[in-house]
Amino acid sequence: MTTVAVIDYGMGNLHSVAKALQYVNAHANVVVTSERRELEQANRVVFPGVGALRDCLSALRQRDMEPTLRKCLENKPALGICLGMQALLDFSEENDGTTGLGVVPGKALRFKEQTDPCSNDERLKIPHMGWNQVHQVRPHPLWEGIPQASRFYFVHSYYVVPAAASVVAGETCYGTTFAAAIARENLFAVQFHPEKSQKHGLQLLANFLRWDGNDSLK
Amino acid sequence: MGLAKRIIPCLDVDKGRVVKGVKFVGIRDAGDPVEVARRYDEQGADELVFLDITASHEDRETLVHVVEEVAGQVFIPLTVGGGIRGLDDIRRMLSAGADKVAINTAAVVNPEFVREAAERFGSQCIVVAIDAKQVSASGEPKRWEIFTHGGRKPTGLDAVEWARRMKDYGAGEILLTSMDRDGTRGGFDLDLTRAVSEAISIPVIASGGVGTLDHLVEGLTVGKADAVLAASIFHFGDHTVLEAKLRIQEAGVEVRV
Repeated sequence: MTTVAVIDYGMGNLHSVAKALQYVNAHANVVVTSERRELEQANRVVFPGVGALRDCLSALRQRDMEPTLRKCLENKPALGICLGMQALLDFSEENDGTTGLGVVPGKALRFKEQTDPCSNDERLKIPHMGWNQVHQVRPHPLWEGIPQASRFYFVHSYYVVPAAASVVAGETCYGTTFAAAIARENLFAVQFHPEKSQKHGLQLLANFLRWDGNDSLK
Repeated sequence: MGLAKRIIPCLDVDKGRVVKGVKFVGIRDAGDPVEVARRYDEQGADELVFLDITASHEDRETLVHVVEEVAGQVFIPLTVGGGIRGLDDIRRMLSAGADKVAINTAAVVNPEFVREAAERFGSQCIVVAIDAKQVSASGEPKRWEIFTHGGRKPTGLDAVEWARRMKDYGAGEILLTSMDRDGTRGGFDLDLTRAVSEAISIPVIASGGVGTLDHLVEGLTVGKADAVLAASIFHFGDHTVLEAKLRIQEAGVEVRV
């Protein structure tokens, strides 16, 4: 039986992530936790997130979870979702500039108010909210069974720009083409919400629960 | 190809039951919000809105259980509106599994509430619901005002200005209902929809008046809405969400099918 820890840092709706994980695998032991011990004992971790990055990071630190989380991100299959993806980078423009965990080199930028070349030059609304296509730019175990260019549910105002293009696993166009998914070794992170993306999202979560943490390209 | 326009069925819930008679063929219990939500999810609904029309505070608890149950089986975004007056109401709904809450009267009574809610929970889960009525006479430049209490109570607030202000206060999205059109099946107030959508940089959901699939198309094209909300057209089995999406797609608008 696999134990998956959904990291609870006291913000946002973690219940939908936990519910979706339980739905795709009734046998999985899903724990929503802020206990270091539970994180250490879990086979895999989900780092979800909504809200503001600064609040998220200070909540992690207040709970003294950062060192344990960093260790998990090094050696367990780990899935970052939305803010949980943005937090992995060095820096975000959010809150007039916020330092991230720096696990993946790169930064998060705010969408600019402009027209969208991907949607008939319509005015770009911010947040980017709704179902957009994700182009899988390389094979990965977490894409298994998910058709190319499937739509996932997004809601965010900042997007991730990794320093190395090689970590980009999926791309989406909204005003600009941005990284909708990044992957490196045992780490996979998505800007969209798989727990709110109906069948393709559930497929991705099911894939994650089966994943041994090996990047297919190795 | 880019972001899809969203089609959102709305369910009116009273004491935990869907009201305004859902008439699906082959559904076991058309009053059961979970059954109805699952059906819409299968048809391809992009989100669902639950509007709590329960009068008493005690009965409102039942909606929390409804949301909990739906959220365990339907994995698309869920918005809950009706009776959201304080941060505790929001916390309770989000914990139950809602992704967003719609704030209506409470925003008019105390706009600061919207700011506090957005700061505490993030703009992405704060929808401000605006009920607007045209107040300009024919021949005058069009103007709409905010009404509360089901369209009975004027507030003197200009709808477009109010939408701008709510955006500045941290609303992540506007749910815009034309009280002139609501329930008429005569189509959206397209001028209102367009005026608000063009005035603000956050997404606008058009609501009120849908009677045909072409009304949905117009709301997205002429009205420039980012999403369209409808109730009776789907509830009465006139059309499925999928039929709506195919029609919208035929009209050249991007949808998730």
